[in-house]
Amino acid sequence: MTNASSAPAGTPVLVPLAYRVVARRHETADVTTLRLSPVADAVAPGRPGQFNMLSAFGVGEAAISLSAAPDATGEVQHTIRDVGPVSHALCTSAPGDLVGVRGPFGTDWGVDDLGYGDTVVVAGGIGLAPLAGAIDVLAERRRYGGGRVFVAVGARNPDQVMLRAELGRWLAAGVRVRVTVDAAPAGFTGGVGLVTQLLPGLGFDPARTTALVCGPEVMIRFSVRALVDLGVPPGAVRVSLERNMQCGTALCGHCQLGPLLLCRDGPVVTWNDELATLLTENER
Amino acid sequence: MRLDPPFLASARVLAAGELDTLFAALAARGYETLAPGVRDGVIRLVPASGAAELPAGMHDRQAPGSYALEDGGDGELFGYAVGPDSLKGQLLPPHQSVLRATPDEGGLRIEPAPTEAARVAVVGARPCEVAATTVLERVLIGGAYPDPGAAARRKALFVVALECRRPATTCRCTSFGTGPGLEHGADLVMIELDPPPKRGGDPGAHRFLVRAQSPAGAEVLAALPTSEATRRDADRRRDALGAATRAIAASSNPEVVARGLLGHIEAPGWEEIASRCLSCGNCTMVCPTCFCTEVRDRSDLSGTLERERRWSSCFEVGHSLLTSGPVRRSVAARYRQWATHKLATWQTQFGTTGCVGCGRCVTWCPVGIDLGAEAAALAGTGAASRRGTT
Ligand SMILES: Cc1cc2nc3c(=O)[nH]c(=O)nc-3n(C[C@H](O)[C@H](O)[C@H](O)COP(=O)(O)OP(=O)(O)OC[C@H]3O[C@@H](n4cnc5c(N)ncnc54)[C@H](O)[C@@H]3O)c2cc1C
Ligand code: SF4
Ligand code: FES
Repeated sequence: MTNASSAPAGTPVLVPLAYRVVARRHETADVTTLRLSPVADAVAPGRPGQFNMLSAFGVGEAAISLSAAPDATGEVQHTIRDVGPVSHALCTSAPGDLVGVRGPFGTDWGVDDLGYGDTVVVAGGIGLAPLAGAIDVLAERRRYGGGRVFVAVGARNPDQVMLRAELGRWLAAGVRVRVTVDAAPAGFTGGVGLVTQLLPGLGFDPARTTALVCGPEVMIRFSVRALVDLGVPPGAVRVSLERNMQCGTALCGHCQLGPLLLCRDGPVVTWNDELATLLTENER
Repeated sequence: MRLDPPFLASARVLAAGELDTLFAALAARGYETLAPGVRDGVIRLVPASGAAELPAGMHDRQAPGSYALEDGGDGELFGYAVGPDSLKGQLLPPHQSVLRATPDEGGLRIEPAPTEAARVAVVGARPCEVAATTVLERVLIGGAYPDPGAAARRKALFVVALECRRPATTCRCTSFGTGPGLEHGADLVMIELDPPPKRGGDPGAHRFLVRAQSPAGAEVLAALPTSEATRRDADRRRDALGAATRAIAASSNPEVVARGLLGHIEAPGWEEIASRCLSCGNCTMVCPTCFCTEVRDRSDLSGTLERERRWSSCFEVGHSLLTSGPVRRSVAARYRQWATHKLATWQTQFGTTGCVGCGRCVTWCPVGIDLGAEAAALAGTGAASRRGTT
């Protein structure tokens, strides 16, 4: 994984640049994807797994992952779940509205060294958003003979399945995509159950697999256990973790997880024993 | 204390009666000067224009959960240890503006808050808080995203440190190597020698041994009416620091405590401390290295908004808030965050210790929880010290 780059000298690190919403897509009842275009100066292009601090002016800021790999447009894409004041203001902003952007911050999925062996992507809920850019890159690589890519997606119910356009695109590129829901109405033909139950049937070769995992913390813990039980080496598992973030720049102290500052040392962290312990200790 | 020959070469003597020349020299260089002063029965850092405003004869009595000043009637000008203020407030103000945004024909004009800083000189900073400032610089200025405001304020800050003759019972600098003397980090460092036993008494012998620790300090020192220091002056300093060192209680070896704490993350002692802890956050507010801040927006009816950054504390439930609720819901988890961050995980995060042993968190804890004592007990056996005052 690559580390966050430094800000140019003299940059007021906490001041966002102005962007405008240029496109909006409703994914589910409470998830919206925004494409944002710079009004003047643009932030540096980020790598999949990194995040920006998005401002809803007058409401506040929130850490939101890039949900697409950077492209030639200079736009940034974010997929946001409406859970509180800032995310609500972002989700309800319309094309033409101003949004502040600072970033990109944190570590990324390290897709540059993936696509030779198998890659397994495990996503729970909104956790698919931070993974989407990485899957885009891997799907493109797959199209040109890159390694196999497996995507296991868990959602609460069929209506909560987001990024459907992307899921279709990845399927078309030869990515194996499986979706499971916690609960489904009668007549639903997809899988029902936990995302971990999808893993044994995916057909990847554990010894040559790298896994990327993002979702609620319990889901991450159980997914890593399932992957390791299947034979994936713990050091080949990368997870994206979440803590409260007020700055993104290692200045505010809110994103601590034991010795880690997750805006700087994360959000993407390689699995190891120390991390396993941190996540099982109560209320770290 | 070893006495290097260069020590005498660099040390100068300033008569106590000439201390005003220091204030004047600082004012002449555009510094607003802050110095110790008594406010509400406590030594605070307050604007000062001359030596007459210093709290002559005042001495502090500090203990877990208590602070009292008494007037000794003598002429000692810096005869007390740290008060609740530290240099932290100079680098990281409790409230600061991040930006203002005003509606502007279909858009917003975003104006970053200015990051230029006015020159401030602090007279009377203690060695431990100079050490704390070095720690804070690491955090705020030493990373990939230096805080431009903190960098500007640090550059504009002139520190006149006072080596300590009268440590408080809560002082633990000797265990952290941060006092009672100071070898680097200030612009000027002084120690008070032979203060008169009575206020208004013969000031003849009362003087300061002054050394420069930066080019800016050397320039100011050269402008003061000083005289050469003698071996006797150097001996007086050595004796005063030696006596102070002996008076300061040792706390457990910080490295041993750090390892022990991390080995007792789920020990029962945390719950026991939590039964006494009020979770008020006083310890983090007076801590000279606690740097946590939160960012909040305020807007008015005209659509103008102000984004503010202000001190926050890991004792607040909201500090660890996620959509799923706070991570550190219990007081035990919040106390553990504070103790382990200060004494253990800081080292991994920033390559220094987060505690300098100044004792403020012990004095200003309303229930007198002694961080060092609790940490040593927890690190050793996983139990709390049961030394609290309630
Ligand atoms: C690295 C990272 C990447 C993220 N990526 C995404 C993403 O791609 N899409 C998405 O929908 N969400 C993402 N989140 C979560 C998102 O930041 C929170 O949902 C959002 O901050 C909630 O703020 P709010 O004001 O809408 O809600 P509230 O819950 O009411 O928030 C109140 C305050 O609590 C804090 N807070 C609450 N929840 C969180 C949280 N989960 N993380 C950090 N601070 C929080 C915020 O400071 C906020 O000001 C990410 C979080 C992190 C740390
Ligand atoms: S002890 Fe708490 S308030 Fe102080 S720096 Fe650490 S997390 Fe922040
Ligand atoms: S988000 Fe502020 S320190 Fe990491």
